[in-house]
Amino acid sequence: MLLADIKKGEMVVIKNVKPCAIKDKLMEMGCVPGTPVYLSLKAPLGDPLAFNIDGYYLSMRKAEAAQIEVEYIDTDGE
Amino acid sequence: MESRSAKIVALCGNPNCGKSSLFNDLTGLKQKISNIPGTTIEQKTGFFSVDGSAFELIDTPGTYSFHPKSKDEEVALELFNADHPKRPDVIAYVADAHNLKRNLFYFSQLADLQIPMVLVLNMIDVSEASGIEIDVARLQQELGIPVIKTNARQGIGVEELKQAIGGSDFVTHIQFGNKEDDDIAHRYQQLEALIGKVQTQKTKRQLFTERIDPIFTHPLWGYLIFLSFLLIIFQSVFWLAEYPMQAIEFGFDKLGTFLLEVMPANWFRSLIVNGIVAGLAGVVVFIPQIAILFFFMGLLEDTGYMARVSFIMDKILRGLGLSGKSIVPLISGVACAIPAIMATRNIENWKDRIITILVTPLMSCSARLPVYTLLISVAVPDTYLLGIFGLKGLVLLVMYVIGTVGSLVAALVFKWIIKQTRINYFIMELPIYHPPRWKNIGNQVIQKSRSFVTEAGKIILIVSVVLWFLASYGPNTQSDTVFSPIETTEIENSYAAKFGKTIEPVIKPLGFNWKIGIALITSFAAREVFVGTMSTIYSIEDENDLVNIREKMMTEKDPETGKPVYSLAVVMSLMIFYAFAMQCISTLAVVYKETKSLKWPLIQLAYMTGLAYVASFIVFQLMR
Repeated sequence: MLLADIKKGEMVVIKNVKPCAIKDKLMEMGCVPGTPVYLSLKAPLGDPLAFNIDGYYLSMRKAEAAQIEVEYIDTDGE
Repeated sequence: MESRSAKIVALCGNPNCGKSSLFNDLTGLKQKISNIPGTTIEQKTGFFSVDGSAFELIDTPGTYSFHPKSKDEEVALELFNADHPKRPDVIAYVADAHNLKRNLFYFSQLADLQIPMVLVLNMIDVSEASGIEIDVARLQQELGIPVIKTNARQGIGVEELKQAIGGSDFVTHIQFGNKEDDDIAHRYQQLEALIGKVQTQKTKRQLFTERIDPIFTHPLWGYLIFLSFLLIIFQSVFWLAEYPMQAIEFGFDKLGTFLLEVMPANWFRSLIVNGIVAGLAGVVVFIPQIAILFFFMGLLEDTGYMARVSFIMDKILRGLGLSGKSIVPLISGVACAIPAIMATRNIENWKDRIITILVTPLMSCSARLPVYTLLISVAVPDTYLLGIFGLKGLVLLVMYVIGTVGSLVAALVFKWIIKQTRINYFIMELPIYHPPRWKNIGNQVIQKSRSFVTEAGKIILIVSVVLWFLASYGPNTQSDTVFSPIETTEIENSYAAKFGKTIEPVIKPLGFNWKIGIALITSFAAREVFVGTMSTIYSIEDENDLVNIREKMMTEKDPETGKPVYSLAVVMSLMIFYAFAMQCISTLAVVYKETKSLKWPLIQLAYMTGLAYVASFIVFQLMR
């Protein structure tokens, strides 16, 4: 599953950032494997998106969010 | 390294960590702003002393990583080059305690440089309010460097920080990166382990930010709120600034009159009064508008709201080849293109940044306003549409719309022309909201006004002096020597008039005569010089006597046709020309400095002036 596809209220963790030109930038901003993330805001036209990355808000376009692979947190419920 | 009289301390941290407030708290009034050589980027340095030893504090631009992504970040990092003359002796690293992990990423990179460090946990109030507790003693022990809690807003912890910097000789115990391969995930793993030992999240409370953001980014309310902020800002820029601007004009007027009385009547007096004082007045008069605009922009940025504007505008602006981050320069362009172009620095994408720089001068800057006001009063009839909308006001509004639409359309065209050489992306932190830090905003207003005066002022002054010469001297027709200028009281005999007459065939299809030609040339100093030139051409004594200039212009008849020179067609064509033409040398100079290439200012000059010519031609030919 990709970060670009998650819905509001879903809690996920980052599994992997695909190799791409912005991989380092995304990872420097805290998008590293194992980080819990949820969708916080959607801009009026559906893009960009703002995520809560382990406690702070990071906005990015859908194209950027599509570089990040995530999975649901299945421990202690959602 | 040579010995220094004061130890150098670099203040580092991520954007939005409260670094600037802390800088003010540490240095008080003992600070100076200077340009980094060869750039328009400013650097703040300040001084403070601890127990009799002096320290020089350098404020570095906020950055997320040691690997720069934008121009500002690049400059922040040059300081750490081994051979940099100001390589710091101590790093004071400011981290937002509310978001420790990401804030410590850049810290971990700097720590590996093995320069003595002090870690500052700032905004401790926000982090405690949201239920985060940090064990400072433990963190200090793990890192091996002093850790100080501060709340820069209230000045808490500042004395302790000074003491810590004074005694600092410690580098971190932990080596965060593996030397051969700087793996980001590895750094974060180390930080994760560290934070796990020192931080506990008790209750999780919802922040104000989480409640307010759904409204500020709402499809309807979001845009309405933004629009109302814009209206308030523009109203203030135009109406509030009027009073100080009048006072400044009055002051320079009095100064001019005074100098005319006390100085002997010669060329030197003329140079001082008509060249230098007039040139200075042309610079200083814009400071109120620029200061007010940057006060509001600073307010919106400091509270965190501006990031939301970029967020909701990104999709729209992206379609036009710009980015959400272009919004600040575009709005600033309504006051003056010079600080606006400097504000493009935090746009990471090269193409977005270049396009923003190219189109920003099309936004109707405040120097165009006096030109529009005069021309509208000359030719637009004083009637009302539907009984309520004054036609004059409406035409002025249309001029602003034309400027804005022009810049957006130009952006669209450049989007197709300029090749994308680097990856295009938009990754931006949405900082949590906080109440305005008035001192920071005040400092920023002073800094931006100052950079306007130094960047634009020098050039406007030089051009004013050159123009003074061209308008006061003419070729000596009696003499056979090639160049022996003589002083002339009649502008018709001046070099300026010669130029005007030379370009007359070129501008005739636009409806302009040689007198307008002179004004077009003198406007290269700054567009509002148009008004002063008109008053000189019609030899009116009091430059501010708009009524008189207006009347002379309204009654002037074309000697060949007997019709009024300033017909609606000519005036509209002239206004369109001013809306589009690149007539500002100071802006070109700043574009040159910001892009480090002659290519972009030349492209800008060519496309804007070409656009102005074609648009004016069409308007005049259709309306005549």
